[in-house]
Amino acid sequence: MSDLIGILESSLRIASPLIFAAMGGLLCERSGVIQIGLEGLMIVGGFAAAVGALQTGSAAAGLAAAALAGVVFGYVYAELSVRFRANQIVAGTGMNFLAMGLVPFLSKVLYENTGTTPSLPLEQRLSWHWAVVLALGIVAGVAWMIRSTPVGLWIRFAGEHPAALESAGISPRRVRMRSVIAGSALAAMGGAVLSIGLASAYSRNMVAGRGFMALTALIFGKWRAWPALGACLLFGLAEGLQVRFQSGAIPVQLMQVLPYALTLVVLAGFVGRARAPQALGRQD
Amino acid sequence: MRIAPVLKPAAALLTGLALGLLATALAGESPLHVLGVLVRGAFGSRYDLGMTLFYMTPLLFTGLSVSVAFRAGLFNIGAEGQLSLGALAMTWAAFTFPSIPAPLSWAVSMLAGATVAGAWAGIAGWLKARRGSHEVISTIMLNFIAAGLASYAVLNPFKNPETQNPETLAVGASHILPALPGFGDAPVSAALLIGLLMACWLGWLFQHTRWGFELQTVGENENAARMAGIPVERVQIMAMVVAGALASGVGLGEVLGSAHRYKLGFSPDYGFVGIAVALLARGNPFGVIASAFLFGALHKGTTDLDLETEHVTRDLALVIQALIIGAVAAEGLWARLGERLSSRLRSLKGRGGGG
Amino acid sequence: MNAVEIRGLTKAFGSGDSRVVANANVDLVIPAGTIHALVGENGAGKSTAMKMLFGMLEPDSGEIRVNGDRVRFKSPMDAMRSGIGMVHQHFMLAGPYTVLENILLGAESTGPFSRLPLAEAEKRLKSLCDRYSMPVDPHARIEDLPVGMQQRVEILKLLYRDSKILILDEPTAVLTPQEIDALFSNLRRLRDEGRTIVIITHKLKEVLAISDRVSVLRQGRLAGYMETAHATAEKLAEWMVGRKVILSVAAAATAGHGRGEPRLKVQNLLRGVSFEVRAGEIVGIAGVEGNGQTELLRSLLLPEGRSVEILGKDVSKSPASRIRELPVAFFPEDRLRDGLLMDESAERNLLLGNQRNPKFVDRWGVIRKGALDAALERAWHEFDLRPKRRQMASRGYSGGNQQKLVIAREFEHDPKLVVSAHPTRGVDVGAIEWIHRKLMDARDSGAGVLLVSSELDEILALSDRILVLLDGRIVAEYAGGSVDALTIGRAMGGARA
Repeated sequence: MSDLIGILESSLRIASPLIFAAMGGLLCERSGVIQIGLEGLMIVGGFAAAVGALQTGSAAAGLAAAALAGVVFGYVYAELSVRFRANQIVAGTGMNFLAMGLVPFLSKVLYENTGTTPSLPLEQRLSWHWAVVLALGIVAGVAWMIRSTPVGLWIRFAGEHPAALESAGISPRRVRMRSVIAGSALAAMGGAVLSIGLASAYSRNMVAGRGFMALTALIFGKWRAWPALGACLLFGLAEGLQVRFQSGAIPVQLMQVLPYALTLVVLAGFVGRARAPQALGRQD
Repeated sequence: MRIAPVLKPAAALLTGLALGLLATALAGESPLHVLGVLVRGAFGSRYDLGMTLFYMTPLLFTGLSVSVAFRAGLFNIGAEGQLSLGALAMTWAAFTFPSIPAPLSWAVSMLAGATVAGAWAGIAGWLKARRGSHEVISTIMLNFIAAGLASYAVLNPFKNPETQNPETLAVGASHILPALPGFGDAPVSAALLIGLLMACWLGWLFQHTRWGFELQTVGENENAARMAGIPVERVQIMAMVVAGALASGVGLGEVLGSAHRYKLGFSPDYGFVGIAVALLARGNPFGVIASAFLFGALHKGTTDLDLETEHVTRDLALVIQALIIGAVAAEGLWARLGERLSSRLRSLKGRGGGG
Repeated sequence: MNAVEIRGLTKAFGSGDSRVVANANVDLVIPAGTIHALVGENGAGKSTAMKMLFGMLEPDSGEIRVNGDRVRFKSPMDAMRSGIGMVHQHFMLAGPYTVLENILLGAESTGPFSRLPLAEAEKRLKSLCDRYSMPVDPHARIEDLPVGMQQRVEILKLLYRDSKILILDEPTAVLTPQEIDALFSNLRRLRDEGRTIVIITHKLKEVLAISDRVSVLRQGRLAGYMETAHATAEKLAEWMVGRKVILSVAAAATAGHGRGEPRLKVQNLLRGVSFEVRAGEIVGIAGVEGNGQTELLRSLLLPEGRSVEILGKDVSKSPASRIRELPVAFFPEDRLRDGLLMDESAERNLLLGNQRNPKFVDRWGVIRKGALDAALERAWHEFDLRPKRRQMASRGYSGGNQQKLVIAREFEHDPKLVVSAHPTRGVDVGAIEWIHRKLMDARDSGAGVLLVSSELDEILALSDRILVLLDGRIVAEYAGGSVDALTIGRAMGGARA
């Protein structure tokens, strides 16, 4: 019994940064902008949170620093992809590279070390209980906003039929800019949960594909908040089980592969259709 | 030779490099010193040049891989996964059939790699053409799956029992590609020549064959391609298969040319850097030669930063790559600025002349 | 009072040689509480004028008054504030969302982050539905509704915003006859309670059935204006078509052709279109656009099982690549979208569609450079392609020269059948005659020619036989030379011949 609770607990822990990032990705993509830069945003957010918490001694400030870094990165990406109509895949790839290069660069400048930031004392870390509560709150908030508020309606139309939004007197570009920036802040906070919540410092390669995993969860959840949460928990569970059953009957590596394989099947439309927002990635 | 196509990438490259170096100034380094280290690190000796060429080799293959897909209007984010499975299959063939004599052995291992990686990429092509799944997302998924499969294979059936390192058995001696002479200890091998040959061959194919024409037409105007009787879906699948096969070429330099075994995690994101290589080359195979060389030099040059500067590390390479990608991506902006400027000039002139 | 008063409205696109005047000095007076029809052929400038009224375009000159006040709209938002609403030809509705959400969009009336006033909106929508007897399920998803119902949602969207002036762009194009009847009675009801309705159309029958007044545009100018009670289909057709017979080759169309073997035979396409094109004749398909031309042309190249015979071969199950191997020339409907690689040189474009032609590509798949050079020379000299620049991207050519490029390429097949869709659309006047002559030369040298065009003059000038396409059916057939524009125009508009 305690074993079961342990597993559930660890999957929630593992899932919490994914949840933030997936919700951030959801805001971007529902508004019609592809966001493959989640990985980079988590890297930047993780680092910024560690720096913020170290400088102020407060986890909340760390979280805020991550959000701020996400806003800055998101703004650059939004300018590139929405205003200058750069190819969103190219721009997103560029943002990932930038994050991967910039963070060790800054880390070296600040701490003479490209590997990890100095370790935070326990009381300055973000309690992962709080992280989980916050993550669930964000899911509820995002789901409610998308479904039930005017802003949510605009975001949905920006991603589905921007011309209709425009003819209703609202600029799809402005909606997209803001969604991307807000979504990027959320994704960066996912990185913060990773560095100052689940660990005590930001360390190199800490994100290790979690941004892409969050994107996968978003798609697996068919671009909806609650199903995406479910996907994040599922991925968390898969990882939690791996840790527990290192030497099980099923090889660990093949277990790791499962979420992606399932998503591929969903993507191919073999299990219901994963319907992307109609205008996703289009520049018009 | 026309100048214009070279001009914009060169501008993007210089912008990226300049901004990157400027950033080092903020870190308290002299940009000139950093530039000096980069240049010396990449070209300072025969050995350094050899290392540059060694790093260039995989980028040549991944750059070509991305370019072929690009040509058909597809975004191959999956070169990373394709190269890892391709190189793995190549390694498998090379340690399973150690007794095949030399020229044939290379053909066998190459073919094994190309087949597996081509089929792997073909999944994404098929999903795109027949099921309408976006190739970017499916290749991302395939990358993760490939990574899992590769690590399973290396740690289990292909494991080298004589070491604790995550690596496979050594390849048969006849499969090893000869090193190029004249670069000291640098592990630059005949793989480079194969890559160069491939680039030239592809450049020729693009320009002078129906295959290249159909690829390009599908990429530029799917409707026109359909109306002209080009089987669009087949071309898309084929483009991905070829892209995958090309990505497997990374194994030539990394496995058959230097490590002689498959080491888990050997690729420092060659597949992703290949995107930057192809972007800078604008999908032109001859351009890929140049841009792979530059990125290879960047890779080699920046590795020396760790030792020769106080505050700047090899990670600068990523920053510069990102800035170059940004400069290429924002090209639309430059073009629009230029247009606006020239139309304003024209209207001024028109008003002046028309009275 | 006049709801809308437009004076001297002028709008041009492009500059220099490619300058096109879409509206020249257009005057429109639309009294409040009337239904006003704005008619004209494709490209006559109807949509441009209405886009300016709706704030989507800004006029170069001229003035617009709404309810007597001079207005300058910068965006549709401004127009909506003045009580103008528009139902676009392509609906502005998002498929996966509900009727209510689509109607509420942009008219939420609450703070951006507060709860959508769905219950309130539903009540209001219900009362609108009842009042105008336009029932619709507020919770249905748009994509589950038939087109007629979607249009109803668009109209309700305007009523929800209480628009006083409703512009409808080609509202009947997508509707069945029953749906059209329902729409018209709704429009009358809206008029009767004082709203003003502008309906853009090119179907004369509908103009006569629904409107109080009618304005006719032709080539960007106002060709006529009258009360519909005094109008006849003949008069309107004359205004629409004009008497602009400027075509010097007209006399060349003669009877006596069409005795050769069938080159194209189609059966039961669309809603029962069957016809033949024989060697040595030009068969013109007249009709207002959107009556099935696109589908007809598409099925000739991508039959996908529909009954099509080309040069005596049943190609109904052949892929396009197989059809492309036959000596057939296709001039696509939209050459920019379907016919050219805009970023490529003339030479590459000459290869398009010829990539399986052994003249251009050898059996190893290698392009014969010499043959391509020769084709470019022919394009320059026989087809008068200008400028003679090898490296220039195709977007650099004028419309006429782009079309010449397409024609030059398609004639490389030595065609025995020519399928030409709108061959002179967007082509400069100088090239029109040249293109017409090419088509006749092809006919005279024994090819069968199918000419699909919305330019009535072109059809009349060239065709040996004329078929009128309306609503996916052939509604009339005439021998060339024996019929005038008015008769055809009426058949095109759905009047009984």
